Amino acid sequence: MRPKALVLGCAALATAVVLSGCGSDTASGGKTKLTIGLFGNFGYAELLEEYAAAHPDVEISDRTASYSDHHKNLAAHLATSSGAADIEAVDTGYVNQFKATPDKFVDLNTKGGGQLKDRWLPWKWEASLSKDGKQIGYGTDIGGLAICYRRDLLQNAGLPADRDQVAALWPTWQDFMAAGKKFQEKAPEGVKWFDGGPTVLNAIVGQAFVGYYDRSDQIVVGENKEIKAGWDLVVDGVQSGLSSKLLYSTPVWNTGFKQGQFATVTCPAWQMAKIKDQAGPEAAGKWDVTSVPGGGGNWGGSYLTVPKSGKNIDKAVELAAWLTAPEQQAKVFKSAGLLPSIPKLYEDPSIVDYKNPYFNDAPIGKLFTDAAKKLNPQYQGPKAGDIQTAIGNAMQRVEQGKQNGEDSWRQFVGDVQK
Amino acid sequence: MVLMDKTARRHRWDTKFAPYGYVAPYFLIFGVFGLFPLLYTIWVSLQDRNLLESEAATFVWFANYAKLMADPYFWNAMGNTLSLWLLTTVPQILFALFIAQLLNRKVRTRTLFRMGVILPNITSVAAVTIIFAQLFGRDFGLVNWVLELFGAGQIDWQAGTASSHVAIAVMVVWRWTGYHALIFLASMQAIPSTLYEAATLDGANGRQQFWRITVPLLRPQIIFTTIIATTGNMRLLAEPLLFNPGAAAATGGSDRQFQTAALYLYEQGFTKYDFGYSSSIAVVLAIATVVVAGLGYLATKRIRTE
Repeated sequence: MRPKALVLGCAALATAVVLSGCGSDTASGGKTKLTIGLFGNFGYAELLEEYAAAHPDVEISDRTASYSDHHKNLAAHLATSSGAADIEAVDTGYVNQFKATPDKFVDLNTKGGGQLKDRWLPWKWEASLSKDGKQIGYGTDIGGLAICYRRDLLQNAGLPADRDQVAALWPTWQDFMAAGKKFQEKAPEGVKWFDGGPTVLNAIVGQAFVGYYDRSDQIVVGENKEIKAGWDLVVDGVQSGLSSKLLYSTPVWNTGFKQGQFATVTCPAWQMAKIKDQAGPEAAGKWDVTSVPGGGGNWGGSYLTVPKSGKNIDKAVELAAWLTAPEQQAKVFKSAGLLPSIPKLYEDPSIVDYKNPYFNDAPIGKLFTDAAKKLNPQYQGPKAGDIQTAIGNAMQRVEQGKQNGEDSWRQFVGDVQK
Repeated sequence: MVLMDKTARRHRWDTKFAPYGYVAPYFLIFGVFGLFPLLYTIWVSLQDRNLLESEAATFVWFANYAKLMADPYFWNAMGNTLSLWLLTTVPQILFALFIAQLLNRKVRTRTLFRMGVILPNITSVAAVTIIFAQLFGRDFGLVNWVLELFGAGQIDWQAGTASSHVAIAVMVVWRWTGYHALIFLASMQAIPSTLYEAATLDGANGRQQFWRITVPLLRPQIIFTTIIATTGNMRLLAEPLLFNPGAAAATGGSDRQFQTAALYLYEQGFTKYDFGYSSSIAVVLAIATVVVAGLGYLATKRIRTE
């Protein structure tokens, strides 16, 4: 009986080896191959090399897609339980949608997440926690808010370029638009005050205490006076010709940085990486960063999740925990400007005193840690990402002259309540 | 004698059943990749089903279809689909006929030209669309630059309904005209030259010969290409999707001005995760494609010699 069982066992083992050999997850030479699916710029290139050097048994390959493609692909891969990377990044706008199906992800609480919990801002930890208490992702960065501006363009239009004086121009968004009107009078042709209405509006929405949803997941944006007031203000700015009418994170918007089509852009911390990528080295020192009108707020920020369909879950969890650890978040802040979600770092002198040479040595450490401390986290409902897209479309209808502000708002409210 | 009988019987079986064996692989593959997905889609379309929670799906029978028929955005998408079908299919076939006629002459390096027309077709649709979207850019696009030289002013191609449809149609026509032209060219070469010689003797000019001889004799190919083009153009997805990159790509413009039915399906399925509703769009779109292809068939069937 025993030899037979042994033979059977060996056969089963052999089959398992053959089967796992069919997948691409085991690299040659006994290395574990980990894939990580990202969007935009997480600033991970050097970190992944560092990790691989310290872990010779691991081979990491990253793939980066655009923001919307990444999240749509992830949904499709989760639906079919195949094709997802070992680690998948998820943005704040989508995390609620994904945490509604926590069983598609590894519950990090069962993998030692509970001990790490205190690393993060409490609201960052809770935002990726499912209703039944499963943790689907470790927080990477948070948005924070600031304004990035072109020193030379402001100066040429007779406005101050010094960041404290610039900040004094716009304590409120009304002041921001008023400064824009002054700028526009003297601006060269083809240069506008801000990049596009949706970008500005997202910052205003991010500052509101209540956003698109109330805490019972009801969509309340239709009755939200704070957001409607922001909408009206941006519509007025657009109709006063302050907008370049470019939608953020599109190729034409990227070109806008290269061509210097706008003087200011709303700057969550991660935006700085985009500006640096798009405006390129020739624009170094032209851009600067200052505080945002209207106080603290959040736009964006991400999580690293580990889909359950992965073959190397334990190794993936280990890497995700490492990438989101304080030391690594501090490095990413310095290399790519992504604002850590780790409160301990907001007191760390190497962070607080950090100045970014690309942005004219702007004290972004001080600026963003201040913003992070002031930040009043807003509750994000299940489809916040979709609603953000819809309000962006609505603002574009106004920019393209297809509708007036009121009609477009009404259509937007009707669309999201469907 | 017995042996002979056996061989003869085997031979009879062979001729009787072997052909089925030969065609079986096609039907097997069709069954797996064609019929099964089709039936599965219909099955899903009868459910209230979230993309990520297929276990929680419930049968709702025709509720998705009832909702669809009352959905203004679906009809908007169908309207855009038909408009784009017309704007792509008709020019595609006319240009293809014209190009085939040009290539059907004794010109030097004609093989090079014939190969050349198929080039757009083998390029990646994503790459082509991204480049065309830049050509049709509002501020720095080549098309607007040329238009400005003629004093026509800037057009925000993505913003308008008509302008966006024209831009998308240009991409599709550019990509597929060469393919159809090669099909036409192959058939043109099979038309006996005696017909043209007789027509020349009768005093018919080149234009008359083209419309009275070439086109009528190409009728089967024109019917074929119309149906192929229709099935392709009724489910345009990549072009409208990539024409408007960014977070709002799936809505096909700020006011859904160029959202095709396939794109609406994609939006419902992969951004709203409404897999059942998305499948019902797929089913209706398939039926609409058959209807439109039928209309195209009836229209092209009327081509005949006078």
